[in-house]
Amino acid sequence: MHNIKDQSPFHDSATLYVTGGAHFTDDLIFPTDGVHIALGLSERAHAEIISMDLSAAEAVPGVVCTLTAADIPGCNDASPVFGDDPVFARDIVSYHGQCIFAVVADSAKAARTAAQKAQIVYKDRPAILTIQQALSDNSLLCPPRIMKRGNVQDALAAAPHRLQGSLTVGGQEHFYLEGQAALALPGEGDEMLLHVSTQHPSEVQHKVAGALGTAFNSITVQVRRMGGGFGGKESQANLPAIIAAVAARKTGRAAKLVYDRDEDMRVTGKRHDFLITYEAGFDDQGRILALDVTQALRCGMSFDLSSAIADRAMMHAENAYYIPDIQVTAYLCRTNTPSNTAFRGFGGPQGIIGMERIVDDVASALGLDPLTVRQRNFYADKDSADAGQLTPYRQPVKDGIINALVDELVRMSDYRERRKQIEAGNQDNPPLRRGIALTPVKFGISFNKTMLNQAGALVHIYTDGSVHLNHGGTEMGQGLNIKVAQICADAFGLPVGQIKITATNTGKVPNTSATAASSGSDLNGMATARAAQELKQRISTCLAGLYQDDPAKVRFQDGYVHIGPEALSFAQAASLCWQQRVSLSATGFYATPDIHWDAERFEGSPFYYFAYGAAVSEVVIDSLTGESRLLRADILHDVGNTINPVIDRGQIEGGFIQGMGWLTSEEIVYTSTGKLLTHAPSTYKIPACSDRPGELNIALYNSGGNPAETIHRSKAVGEPPFMLAVSVHNALAHALCGLTGGRPVLNAPATPETILMAASGVIQPGQHS
Amino acid sequence: MRTSFRFLLNGRYTEISEARPDTTLLNWLRQTGGLTGTKEGCAEGDCGACTVVIARADGVGGLNYQQVNSCITFLPVIDGASVTTVEGVAGPDGALHPVQQAVVDCHGAQCGFCTPGFILSLYAGWCQGMEWTEQGIDSLLSGNLCRCTGYGPLVRAGLSLAGAAVPDWETERHAAELAFVNDHADDTQDLQVNHDGQRYDAPASLDRLEQICKDNPEARILAGGTDIGLWVTKQHRDISHFIALGRTQGLNRIDITKTDITIGAAVSHTAARQRLVAYYPGLADMWARFGSAQVRQSATVCGNVANGSPIGDLPPCFLALDGEVVLNHGGQVRRVKLSDFFIDYGQQDRRPGEFIQALSLPKLTENQQLCAYKLSKRFDQDISAVLMAIWADIKDDIIISARIACGGMAAVPKRAFYTEKAITGHNLNSNFSTDQLDRMDADFAPIDDMRASREYRALAAKNLLQKFCLEYRAGPLRLSPVMLSPDMLSQATAGTQRRRGA
Repeated sequence: MHNIKDQSPFHDSATLYVTGGAHFTDDLIFPTDGVHIALGLSERAHAEIISMDLSAAEAVPGVVCTLTAADIPGCNDASPVFGDDPVFARDIVSYHGQCIFAVVADSAKAARTAAQKAQIVYKDRPAILTIQQALSDNSLLCPPRIMKRGNVQDALAAAPHRLQGSLTVGGQEHFYLEGQAALALPGEGDEMLLHVSTQHPSEVQHKVAGALGTAFNSITVQVRRMGGGFGGKESQANLPAIIAAVAARKTGRAAKLVYDRDEDMRVTGKRHDFLITYEAGFDDQGRILALDVTQALRCGMSFDLSSAIADRAMMHAENAYYIPDIQVTAYLCRTNTPSNTAFRGFGGPQGIIGMERIVDDVASALGLDPLTVRQRNFYADKDSADAGQLTPYRQPVKDGIINALVDELVRMSDYRERRKQIEAGNQDNPPLRRGIALTPVKFGISFNKTMLNQAGALVHIYTDGSVHLNHGGTEMGQGLNIKVAQICADAFGLPVGQIKITATNTGKVPNTSATAASSGSDLNGMATARAAQELKQRISTCLAGLYQDDPAKVRFQDGYVHIGPEALSFAQAASLCWQQRVSLSATGFYATPDIHWDAERFEGSPFYYFAYGAAVSEVVIDSLTGESRLLRADILHDVGNTINPVIDRGQIEGGFIQGMGWLTSEEIVYTSTGKLLTHAPSTYKIPACSDRPGELNIALYNSGGNPAETIHRSKAVGEPPFMLAVSVHNALAHALCGLTGGRPVLNAPATPETILMAASGVIQPGQHS
Repeated sequence: MRTSFRFLLNGRYTEISEARPDTTLLNWLRQTGGLTGTKEGCAEGDCGACTVVIARADGVGGLNYQQVNSCITFLPVIDGASVTTVEGVAGPDGALHPVQQAVVDCHGAQCGFCTPGFILSLYAGWCQGMEWTEQGIDSLLSGNLCRCTGYGPLVRAGLSLAGAAVPDWETERHAAELAFVNDHADDTQDLQVNHDGQRYDAPASLDRLEQICKDNPEARILAGGTDIGLWVTKQHRDISHFIALGRTQGLNRIDITKTDITIGAAVSHTAARQRLVAYYPGLADMWARFGSAQVRQSATVCGNVANGSPIGDLPPCFLALDGEVVLNHGGQVRRVKLSDFFIDYGQQDRRPGEFIQALSLPKLTENQQLCAYKLSKRFDQDISAVLMAIWADIKDDIIISARIACGGMAAVPKRAFYTEKAITGHNLNSNFSTDQLDRMDADFAPIDDMRASREYRALAAKNLLQKFCLEYRAGPLRLSPVMLSPDMLSQATAGTQRRRGA
């Protein structure tokens, strides 16, 4: 096993997936006397609860009891940080779809039927639903956040050219195929075991303990896998887990809460929608000298993770470009809508799409190819004289590769020639018009909050040589478990099949961070490598003692432990160590080095490194209907030294298509009274099979490995490729060029309606209320 | 009369009489059958995670393998069929089936939750002996949503199946399925299930159907169930009595005479599309995008008319054709023009106890054209924002007469009489004038909802009419996957020979 990627195994659950043998939370064996839970949701966006009568619900056959805020023994809060997300709304409802009560019954059907029978009298209060409303009413979660360098007003005034613009960017529903699900099994005393579909088992543990009023050590949370997460099961899994736990505590029976799709989409937060306004100053060459950006984001009725998301949006507002004088201001709008939350990219996508629009505007103003403008503004590459330019938050960009990467992509995609052909074709004003765009991604890797960048692992070796692996990360389909297993197998010189990947469990590895921020394999992989290293040292020392050799010369290879001329099978080695009373269980811990962040000053080096990539997309639009298609995409992406290329390619391809959905067909629509209209796949349209491009070329950039000392010099890959899809949106805007005169104003998502209205010169504010 | 229904489940004979008829197949599999491999993703037939394969007699001695959304399929509907779930696809010794192996080999599963549905859709294609082309696979998988992979790996899995050998054990399995279906499908007995205050009738003959409908005017007539299923799973409605059409002799027929085509009440979209596109080529694009593979295989053409939705795709097409509804009340048959059938939102000219027996459509003559345009946010499986159908009699490029009908533009599928008049006599060598197009505003006050605004619908409808003119001269100008011109694709890929996802 010279190179870890050579094993490149399939997803560890692949065979279970295709045979139906993979257990998700709702598939677990459930006691026959277990109870099922359905939620009662607010029918108002903002109102006082004058009275609530649940007697009709309780009278439905099969109903065991109902739950309200009064049934929570501890703290009525499901929020990740700020204490502002009640489990059950008590006196005031703050969004349409907010949970007010729950029904516990012998069957899910009885619970759902009963939940519809509640009599609730509301007294409406004025509701703030949109970003515009929130801005004009000054309904903000906190004072505006500002990141700045230099003096942007002076620099704008001094710039040879200036332009202004704005862009609205829609939100996005996660649409993980498996809805939120939690199963609570009461134990003796105050103990409870929960199986939860969550990216953050430790937080669920803490919130459940808080709600039940017990210590953390009474609550164990286990996660075998999720049917998709994408950020939507980071904080949003708290609520169903708490309610299942409260039901289990109240009834003394196992309790299960599985949201149906409509509940899931109404209750949970989504990707933040943004209103971005900007003013840019630039020279004749298209070099952007000054940039003033305002990002207003719809946060919903509480903080959730919005402040960290806003920070990341601000930290990606300049994407891959060095801009001398810059100011970014973020308005965190408090609205009577679901509390928006983490979603793949965590604000980064919204920051980046704003910047890519600005570059296109500058190019349009100067009559230049936008690619040329991009190249003139890129951060310097790591081997260039200018390497180490500072970001607006004063982190040096020491690992830059975007110039070289884009040069290579331009070659492999034949971008320049194709752009020429497309523009010539559009000259004749055909009904079907094409467009092409290249956009880059530079994405900071690490949790913005430094303290979260830590992970633990637990590795046992049994005397038969089989290895039990556990770590703090969770598997949601991204292939984290197989990557960590590869790292473990590689360390011991074992085939990956000898490593048993076990369910994430707060009792095995405590105090974990969410599996988020693309950090899963960086953090948990390194922690696992350290645990393995510890065990190898113990084994080496023990065997070297027995064989009177140097511990440093003991090698773990091909399933054997080699000591001089001797070769013991791994099982023999393990057994010998046990006989010598050597511990064959070890923990590993990792904290990302060299990162720091000053939130007050908005500066520091929050990221251990940057991940880079770029994409060229070619689209066609129907200027009569606004329909569009992605014809071809070429992607070149940097994953450092890949641990598992097929898993990495899967993340790139899937992330790109998910990003395309965000910017094209996925539209969240609320009524003027704040009721979500798009609460099921019949009305909310994620990409389907035929939406993928006719040609999709994906290549991994040969970077020579991550300059940062990550596990096997790999790079994070979960989020960065999502933003490659910005190229689709810019290509759609390119297809519109020349139709209306001036710069095309295309908002996102670019639905047929948005495109047709833009093609007709009608600026479409979108249906986002 | 039979009071229990029976089916083969993964090769095992199963007979049930004690179940509420509105129990969905999915809930029964997961809660009673102990088979949790089949997943619920939406409970409305839109995501395909619950897909199972149902085999029935194909009428010519073999089996027809249907992809079915088990989340909206009522349990008694599978009477007489062989059902395969994800647990029943692999070989008896646990060997992966070729479609399973292909999905593993091509890394077609990330989180795995949608995977059982994809496996069953691919298995249906495999059993049908489909050609594994990209376009064929797109259609096969049109009703399966995946949020992780971006679909490329799943399509590559499908492509890799071309030429793969059928395992011996699968041949044996199909023989056993055929034997069961032959023994149980050709059943002249009526089926009636009564449980927990709910009744389900599946009469075997037209006579019995007429009688039961007449005697039970309050009963709900069930055909494909792709709408009524949602009344139960989403609205939690309690339907006391179903009358199912699926077993009734003679309703699953398409009759074609010299002048007319008659489509029976139990004919699915898949079956109708296969036969009728040759007669109405202008419907090919619309029908390819109608619903999904699963919906097209379950839902019926007559059901699309019977439910009276303002956004059904076929009613405007049939309005433009000036088709008729054949209604039956206790054996008394009357024919009603479709334009008279739709009265108002939620109101049709169907009397209590009466059922739609068939639709009757005139064939096109030499100078006549029928053209349909479907507009939606997504190409596959999306309800139309606008559906426009145009029938025109054209001689020497001049419109002699025309009928235009739209869905999504009013409370009911509706004709555009003012516009029809305005374009009569138009020479298609020139575009329609603004005055002509603006007559659409007199015909329609479009609806406004989450699918599209009123303004968009009004503008797009005019543009579609203009498109009819442009296409008359230039040929198809469509972006839907089945119609996208090869030129457009070859331009995009000019200069490279790379394959998708290479």
